[in-house]
Amino acid sequence: MTVLAAIIKRDVKLAFRRRSELMNPLLFLVMVITLFPLGMGPDPERLREIAPAVVWIAALLAAMMSLSHLMRDDFDDGSLELIMVSGASPAMIALAKVAAHWLTTGLPIALLAPILALLYGLDGDAAAILGLTMLLGTPTLSLVGGIAVALTVGLKRGGMFLALLVLPLYIPVLIFATAAVVSTTEGLPAVANILMVAALLVLALTLAPFAIGAALRLSLT
Amino acid sequence: MNPVMRWLHWLGSPENYYRFSGRLIPWLAAGFAITLAWGLYQGLFVAPPDYQQGESYRIIFIHVPSAWMSLFIYVAMCVAGFVGLVWRIKVAEITAMACAPIGAVFTFVTLVTGALWGKPMWGAYWVWDARLTSELILLFIYLGIIGLYHAIEDRRRAARAASLMALVGLINIPIIHFSVEWWNTLHQGQTVKLVGESAIHPSMGVPLIVMAIATKFFFGMNLLQRTRLMLLEQETKKKWARTLIEENAR
Repeated sequence: MTVLAAIIKRDVKLAFRRRSELMNPLLFLVMVITLFPLGMGPDPERLREIAPAVVWIAALLAAMMSLSHLMRDDFDDGSLELIMVSGASPAMIALAKVAAHWLTTGLPIALLAPILALLYGLDGDAAAILGLTMLLGTPTLSLVGGIAVALTVGLKRGGMFLALLVLPLYIPVLIFATAAVVSTTEGLPAVANILMVAALLVLALTLAPFAIGAALRLSLT
Repeated sequence: MNPVMRWLHWLGSPENYYRFSGRLIPWLAAGFAITLAWGLYQGLFVAPPDYQQGESYRIIFIHVPSAWMSLFIYVAMCVAGFVGLVWRIKVAEITAMACAPIGAVFTFVTLVTGALWGKPMWGAYWVWDARLTSELILLFIYLGIIGLYHAIEDRRRAARAASLMALVGLINIPIIHFSVEWWNTLHQGQTVKLVGESAIHPSMGVPLIVMAIATKFFFGMNLLQRTRLMLLEQETKKKWARTLIEENAR
């Protein structure tokens, strides 16, 4: 437990030492969301219709873009290796790294996205549900993405390649989360879909740390 | 140690594996040729045309076996990858990685034949149907695994990393398939469906099964050839590989 807390504290502190980098995923999110109306015209009806999908996909991409920071810096300066040989269980280390990463990227995205959805004319209830699915869904994105990051951390060019590995695995979250928001806008209960997003989170939370730990051990040998 | 385990250990040595698979390949090739010829002849010439789809349905003799193989090979890759990850057996790692391109090609064939069939039947090459979409995602996952394998320089580490990715995909594929199915029914409602699956007449069903067996033979043959080549490439510095190459060069 102390390992978990120590790594989270360290990573969050490090992230806050580089505030501009902290802002990058959020700015990316805002930019993508701005581009859509410019590309397809400002018709409010249509925008409201695509709002859940666009906001979620933008958040998905923002989360993916930020993934490279999850371990890259620590890998480059060698501290990742030191943490791994510290004797703590790799799964615990992985969980801590992912938690810190989510606190500094996923959480801000989840908080900002519902506000941006209001720009598309999404009503309050639906925006609240969107925020809820984001809070439940973004940790899954960080956890699942962590596996791919851990596997590619030693590579020189991970960027585009990470998308190929990560995005197919993000599909279930996208489907259930947007379905929850869409059913809310249609006046239907969204509970089932929200529970599915939560179930994906529980599954990822139990399995992903071990996969990340194993992947890290592979990448660092 | 019982004989089966001893045989498996014996087979785990790259040299033994190379020689053993070399003897196996002609048999697999023969099986493939026979089942393919018979299956295609029965499927394309003997089986009656479908009462609804006419002659166009005959593409299922390629399409359905390929679709089965696209999943079968994925599971085979995961089993080999798991064995490679747990017991660090080089031959298993290489087998898993040799599976990936074959599986990707079968998936691609499934998509292309499906699109060609879809145009006259559904009126569109592509429909965002649950099955089509999850097959497409399967292709992406295959490509990701192949890409990962080639992105890492150390061959053994690459194989293990890609195997791990395959196992992650193994857990995810049912979830993706299920979620896509649900997404489809949520948004799109009932789309065109194939004629009842279990209600296929033997005159069509038997060639279909034979074609499925043919693809299995093809897979076995191709897999062993790929594995042999990859083994030879990675073991070029070993004595057995050098003597083998020298023998053949003469």
